[in-house]
Amino acid sequence: MIRSLLLPAMRLVLATALLVGLWQLVVLMGAPRYMLPAPSSVVQTLVAQSALLWHHALVTLGEIVAGFLCGTLLGIGTALILSRWAFLRSTVLPLLLLTQAIPVFAIAPLLVLWFGYGPGSKVVMATLIIYFPIASTCYDGLRQTQPGWLDLAATMGASANRRLFYIRLPAALPSLASGLRMAATAAPIGAIIGEWVGSSAGLGYLMLQANGRMQTDLMFAALIVLLVITITLYFTVDRLCRLAMPWQPDRTGRQTLINGEKI
Amino acid sequence: MQHSRHKVSTDAHAPGALHVQNARLAFGERVLFDDISLSLPSASWSCLLGRSGCGKSSLLRLMAGLEVSNDAQLTLEDASQRPWRQRIAWMGQQDLLLPWRRVIDNVQLGSTMRGERSDPERAMALLERTGLDWAARRYPQTLSGGERARVALARTLYEQAPLVLMDEPFAALDALTRLDIHERACELLADRMVVMVTHDPIEALRLGDQLLVMRGSPARIEHFAPPEGTPPRHPATDSMSRHHDDLLKALTEQTA
Repeated sequence: MIRSLLLPAMRLVLATALLVGLWQLVVLMGAPRYMLPAPSSVVQTLVAQSALLWHHALVTLGEIVAGFLCGTLLGIGTALILSRWAFLRSTVLPLLLLTQAIPVFAIAPLLVLWFGYGPGSKVVMATLIIYFPIASTCYDGLRQTQPGWLDLAATMGASANRRLFYIRLPAALPSLASGLRMAATAAPIGAIIGEWVGSSAGLGYLMLQANGRMQTDLMFAALIVLLVITITLYFTVDRLCRLAMPWQPDRTGRQTLINGEKI
Repeated sequence: MQHSRHKVSTDAHAPGALHVQNARLAFGERVLFDDISLSLPSASWSCLLGRSGCGKSSLLRLMAGLEVSNDAQLTLEDASQRPWRQRIAWMGQQDLLLPWRRVIDNVQLGSTMRGERSDPERAMALLERTGLDWAARRYPQTLSGGERARVALARTLYEQAPLVLMDEPFAALDALTRLDIHERACELLADRMVVMVTHDPIEALRLGDQLLVMRGSPARIEHFAPPEGTPPRHPATDSMSRHHDDLLKALTEQTA
């Protein structure tokens, strides 16, 4: 068990070390400091500016998490409504597609105008960016229920609501989970773009400021913090999805225990 | 091991017999069957055979009240005139166990579906009868195909429905597991009225009190005499192989 956990962790450390080594090599080959700071100076900045980074990271983290939750709830809600009431499909589906057809980047200035310079507009941006993937993966999952299960439920006298919540929704979970993982990596994009367009706090704001003052090392430090946030969010979501589906055999082969027995 | 079944009356007018009348199914211009009628004696096992595409599964779905086609009808009635749709239990082509429900929760699925209180004691008793009480807290995918089929049987029995409709329920199992599940099913469903669609003549000859062969276009139903003896009949007797030959001939013969 410990060995199986250790091995991927070691691979990750090795891959990171390789990447940092490559980075250091490029610096040693004479890349100018204002374009590519050395890894060591980025680490120094991370430590020295930790209070500043922490302050801005919390703002961005709040926006990402709020956007992720809003987008997830809205997306699942839309998918449930679409599959429960068939007559809504012809009106809601084109609208859903429209939210995806308009690039969020293009309406970012508008969103800042409407929802202000504060976190509101960033939450909306993150929500918009993940709403479609969540709604479509969840809706697809709800539509592709094994017909045999629905037949069985029908002969048992199940109402449409019971079929939806006890059969179709659990059956859609694996599909929804892939949407959630995708959303975990997309939500930070929304928050950062929002901060670039107009804000007074957050990692995106900090990066713009640092860029303007040629503090490339601070920019890299902020980028690393953002990376850590995104990766943590991804693995948290992944973990929660697995916990919500204890029956699902693990594809990576890391978790071979079901009901406390090897399968 | 032979399990004794109730002596089955072949008199279709015996009390408790169920009548299927005026069954019709068409897809546009293509009429699969029209005006089919058949009787199911109480506590009997009827096997419905026929070439694939003859409409036997559709006939079963119509009996279950499941969606088939816009141009379809069927009347189910017995002497009591009570509605039959709520008194059936369904077993589909796969075991249809829900992977996210533990074995015992799969057995009690009917209660959840109707919004009733579940009866874990009865579910547990049924699992004991199918020899699976040890697996109650497991997830279905940790069980073998034969074990899953037994869970599906327990779920069917939990429904307490007098009419059990089965659409090739054991088709996915290997031959030996199937022989074993036949014996169990025969014992456990002895007091129910069973209609089973099957592709396997041996399965039909082992279990059927009534053998119904569907053929022709539009399809008609022909009665075929079952071998002597009470189900589950031993698969390797002279009588079985004779009937097997006759049944195969009837199934492969083209009708005008």
